Amino acid sequence: MASETVTSTGYIKHHLQNMTFGKHPDGHWGLAHSVNEAKEMGFWAIHVDTMFWSILLGVLFLWLFRKAAKQATSGQPSGVLNFAEWIVEFIDSSVRGSFTSKNNLVAPLALTVFVWVFLMNFMDLVPVDWLPSLAGWVGASMFGADPHHVYFRVVSTTDPNATIGMSLAVFGLMLFYSIKIKGIGGFTAELTMHPFHSHNKLVQLIFIPINFFLEFVSLIAKPISLALRLFGNMYAGEMIFILIALMFSASMTMQALGGVLQLGWAIFHILIITLQAFIFMTLTIVYMDMAHSEH
Amino acid sequence: MNINLTLIGQSITFALFVWFCMKYVWPPIMAALDERKTKIADGLAAAEKGQHEEELAKQRAAKTLKKAKDEAGEILAAAQKRATEIVEEAKGTARAEAERIVHSANAEIEQEVNRAREELRGKVVSLAVAGASKVLKREVDAKANEDLLKDLVAQL
Repeated sequence: MASETVTSTGYIKHHLQNMTFGKHPDGHWGLAHSVNEAKEMGFWAIHVDTMFWSILLGVLFLWLFRKAAKQATSGQPSGVLNFAEWIVEFIDSSVRGSFTSKNNLVAPLALTVFVWVFLMNFMDLVPVDWLPSLAGWVGASMFGADPHHVYFRVVSTTDPNATIGMSLAVFGLMLFYSIKIKGIGGFTAELTMHPFHSHNKLVQLIFIPINFFLEFVSLIAKPISLALRLFGNMYAGEMIFILIALMFSASMTMQALGGVLQLGWAIFHILIITLQAFIFMTLTIVYMDMAHSEH
Repeated sequence: MNINLTLIGQSITFALFVWFCMKYVWPPIMAALDERKTKIADGLAAAEKGQHEEELAKQRAAKTLKKAKDEAGEILAAAQKRATEIVEEAKGTARAEAERIVHSANAEIEQEVNRAREELRGKVVSLAVAGASKVLKREVDAKANEDLLKDLVAQL
């Protein structure tokens, strides 16, 4: 959408702004019309596009798999069931490989993480201008909005809120199971008695704050790295798509080059979106396993 | 890229999706998979058992066939033996019968000869008597000369 009136910077900024619904400083609720307005809304605002796409894709995933589950049979599988079974078996073997305890939550959790993240990442392969342009057109023609002020990001995982939200949910489960399996005492001991340990009570007392500092950092690092890894990869991928899209507003040669680059990057990106979904899932399983296992 | 309520919204959405998946998606698919696994394992076991049984049946059939062949051979040998016996027996009987026939024929012939001889004797006697009476020109009393005639007959 880089027309003469929009600079490259403006174009990029436009693409990186979520459609934000929240309370304006003057007190009324509504969509933010600019980057600054969205910023002023502070914490009590919500990204409509992120929520819309993540819920839509999540529902799509659950609908598809529920359909498969309904026709699940021990006989000959067919159609959507075949596909669902393929994924379920893949997830099941991953969980069996990394998760040593018994918990009926972990496998469905891993399945949800994998498919949902994959679908959200997959939106990255839709050319960057299609859906935002459509949203701009809908906003302009149906709500009379200025299309330049209709923000629409389709890849939910490029919104740190989405990835941090998911990782916080995983973190919550980690804490819950850590305390449930090991007890508060066990969990506290895990945080304070490692890695330095001494039989001398006095020395141990000195070690406790050091241990706690080290263990606490590594504990906190888990959800943060989980969220930021996915966000960073997808954000960077999207950024490159946007930069490639910028070339379409330049000369014919640049446009042709942009087309080739876009195709190449998209093909390469198929690998990245799958890999990131897989990594997020595997780390979720591993973290859950750590929460379940005693030292 | 502001951190806002979306974060909490995403967490809740995520939790709901996981809950739904755990409740309605995972168990039926997994159950079907497990059931199919058992079914396939059972089927394979049954196939193996069937193969084993087929092998056994084949062995049994071969054994039975061999037994039947042996029995048939035995029966054949016995029959052959019996046939030879019968033939031998028949030969024996036939020989005996032939001997008997020859014997009786000989006896008959002897009898006939004897009878003819007797007849001849009688005729000779009467001829002799007739001749003698002619010579003597008188009747010879056969009864009176019975002892004489008997002597004569005995000499013939």
